[in-house]
Amino acid sequence: MAYLDLRNLEKSFGANRVVRDFTLGVEQGEFVSLLGPSGCGKTTVLRMVAGFEQPSAGSIRIDGQDVTALRPNQRNIGMVFQAYALFPNLTVAQNVAFGLRVKGMSRREMRARVEEMLALIGLPDLGGRYPFQLSGGQQQRVALARALAPQPRVLLLDEPLSALDAKIRVALREEIRAIQQRLGITTIFVTHDQEEAMALSDRIVVMSGGAAEQVGTPFEIYNRPATRFVAEFVGTLNILPTTVEDAAAGRVRLAGQAVALDRPLPPGPVSLAIRPEAVRLGRAPGHDVVLPARIAEVHFLGAVIRLRADVDGTRVALDSFNTSDMPPPKAGSAVELSLRAADLIALPG
Amino acid sequence: MTQSAAARRPGRRLPLHWLGVAPFVLFALMFLILPTLQIVVGAFQDGQGRFTLGNIAGLFSPSIMASYWISIRISVASALLGCLFGFAIAAAVTLGDLPRWLRGPVLTFSGVASNFAGVPLAFAFLATLGRLGLVTMLLKNWFGINIYAMGFNLLSFGGLTLVYLFFQIPLMILIITPALDGLRREWREAATSLGATGWQYWRMVALPILFPSLLGTFALLFANAFGAVATAIALTGSSLSIVPILLFAQIRGDVLGDPNLGYALAFGMIVVTAVANFAYVWLRARSERWLR
Amino acid sequence: MKRLWAWIALALGLVYFFLPLIGTLEFSLRKRRGEYSLDAYVAVLEDPKFQETFSYSVIMALFTIAFGVLLVVPTAYWVRLRLPRARPVVEFLTLLPLVIPPIVVVFGYIRLYNTSSILPLTGSAMGTNVLLMLGYATLSLPYMYRAVDTGLRTIDVATLTEAAQSLGAGWVTILARVILPNVLVAVLSGAFLTFAIVIGEFVMAALLNRPAFGPYMQLIGANKAYEPAALAVIAFAITWACMGLIQLLTRFQRHVRVAR
Repeated sequence: MAYLDLRNLEKSFGANRVVRDFTLGVEQGEFVSLLGPSGCGKTTVLRMVAGFEQPSAGSIRIDGQDVTALRPNQRNIGMVFQAYALFPNLTVAQNVAFGLRVKGMSRREMRARVEEMLALIGLPDLGGRYPFQLSGGQQQRVALARALAPQPRVLLLDEPLSALDAKIRVALREEIRAIQQRLGITTIFVTHDQEEAMALSDRIVVMSGGAAEQVGTPFEIYNRPATRFVAEFVGTLNILPTTVEDAAAGRVRLAGQAVALDRPLPPGPVSLAIRPEAVRLGRAPGHDVVLPARIAEVHFLGAVIRLRADVDGTRVALDSFNTSDMPPPKAGSAVELSLRAADLIALPG
Repeated sequence: MTQSAAARRPGRRLPLHWLGVAPFVLFALMFLILPTLQIVVGAFQDGQGRFTLGNIAGLFSPSIMASYWISIRISVASALLGCLFGFAIAAAVTLGDLPRWLRGPVLTFSGVASNFAGVPLAFAFLATLGRLGLVTMLLKNWFGINIYAMGFNLLSFGGLTLVYLFFQIPLMILIITPALDGLRREWREAATSLGATGWQYWRMVALPILFPSLLGTFALLFANAFGAVATAIALTGSSLSIVPILLFAQIRGDVLGDPNLGYALAFGMIVVTAVANFAYVWLRARSERWLR
Repeated sequence: MKRLWAWIALALGLVYFFLPLIGTLEFSLRKRRGEYSLDAYVAVLEDPKFQETFSYSVIMALFTIAFGVLLVVPTAYWVRLRLPRARPVVEFLTLLPLVIPPIVVVFGYIRLYNTSSILPLTGSAMGTNVLLMLGYATLSLPYMYRAVDTGLRTIDVATLTEAAQSLGAGWVTILARVILPNVLVAVLSGAFLTFAIVIGEFVMAALLNRPAFGPYMQLIGANKAYEPAALAVIAFAITWACMGLIQLLTRFQRHVRVAR
């Protein structure tokens, strides 16, 4: 059994089913993100793990112990909130010490542990400050230290970065990952930002409508999305006009061109999709599918040039790297696009 | 903003913009500060206008001291109980999972009841708990309990405290509800997830955060009860000798037989409320280091 | 568990607050022996003294409100616009009436404005009326100021002023045509609160010897049995009406805000 084991979790508020049949196993030391749009139930799952919401059905086990009926203060779980939630009346050191104090730890041990935690988050000299004297990023680090101080079994992060500036967000997210790896603590991270989820996680759970759509590594989620929702929510995707000729043999027609896939397609209606970075401008070696197109828009973004081209009446986005000796094509010019059949993503529906 | 204001002002020598508050300051001076100072000065003058401490010394007669003592006791008791019950009701409405629609009516009613003081309030309690009041009669007729035979009296420490609570509790509700709303749900959740019990959360986080508001409200409720005259007079005539009633009788008819002793009596009232409020300011300054 | 305690707290509150109201209502209907009647109300309303003192207090309330608005609105506006530094002082002054007992203030009036002083306001009935009105203004100052200041906080005073000035408006026009309409609901809230305070006020009127409603009620209380209860019901109704109107106004304002 996994270290943190969520089995068939359900949660309804009145007639509204917010979480449905949610099952997930998280290994010890693993960093798992719950990713999805707002209202997809990800925060509710987190709050059920923390014990702030009681599941309508299902069970939660930590390290083999069933904690479903346990009160939140008995679960030994660390939580970091979106809006810091530091206690404003306590200093940084007192905030970090809070969990140790309610445990009844001795004063000396407590001081040592607080110092250790403040050093861990890189704020060793700010113990005497009050929260209002800290920046948002510093406050969130203190919140992390406070959650980690009592050595929780699981760390829960509820969109901890979304109240911060873009620059601090990236710096702090790398720091969170580094600390998590150093301590080897089992972590669940809730976010609506796919880039954050992919940068941090060992595995990602993409959620929609209260249920898990797909569970996998960032690599799998991005390259092999299992459902249309996952494909569209994570990254940008071009849906290509497709006619299936022989599903079992993987033979299709793409914008009028016959294409043979290396794998069979699932039965039922299917469309094929491709990431912008997998489409090349012009012919390229190994890119066996060549489609005629007309450039519609050109966006020069610096390192990357994003083009939009019309392929058989469908707008397709593609990225090409900027090279100084090759100016981008003009809008309205006729071009050829090439791609590899292996990069095509088959989506049901 | 500061720049444009400075540009519009022709030089700093004539601070004309201070004239804008001149009417207000004049009003406050003439009808609030100077009258109060008059009393303070009068408390230290004899009949001929010479400085004396005799009036203040005169306050330390047993009967006047007894008046202050019962006034302070009633004010402390009604402020303390008002804070306690007001807090309980406000907490029940804001944090206690009660239906949301209750909040509006409770706050509106508090607005009404906190202003329903003075003479009519006394009438209401006389009609309810007086010798012929509804509750008195019901208890006597239905349960055979004669509260007056048991020593109950509206015109007493307990009775007056009970009556004052009618405006003290709602005042507390009105003031403390916004403060309770200011307690963020995440604080409680953070504390619980760190292993704290509900009591530990209140003791270590919520109460310290609320402390300045609680203290301020207590000081306000104290002053409110200490200065209340109308309710007591309408309830008791002048049979219960609390300080405001004594002062009222003194202003009306010089019952103390010494006008300057009257000033000293009023000065004593100022001192008591001032002490209460300075205690508040001092404690608040000590407890609020964590505030911006 | 938590919910149970919440309900208990609320239930105890209900009993404590509603028993006196029910008791008063019941008592006020008991004037005729053996049956409920409105006799006490009729007796009160037909008493010429009631009509006299009540209308006196209403007029005093209206003057107090007018004076309070003229005093507080420009002051609060000016402090917000030009004198943020004076804010602590002004706020301290507005809170003083909550701390200094009214009986002390009025005692000071009697000593300061007696017939042998420079400003012998208590020398004539009119002068005393003015003094009483100013006393009422002092009593209601904390409420009026807070209401208006809260109202001003919701509008951008500086920008509105500069916009009006750039269109050529003078200070009086700005205050009367731009600022006041925007804080009207706040001002009216303060006004109704002032009204409720003035109508029931006892100490100042009694000690300045003016024929106001408060001393009249006290007099009835000392001499009649059922009429005081009727008066209490009437007074409660007036207070309730004032607070209800404030609620109504605030709600109305919220709709206006949303519609904008």
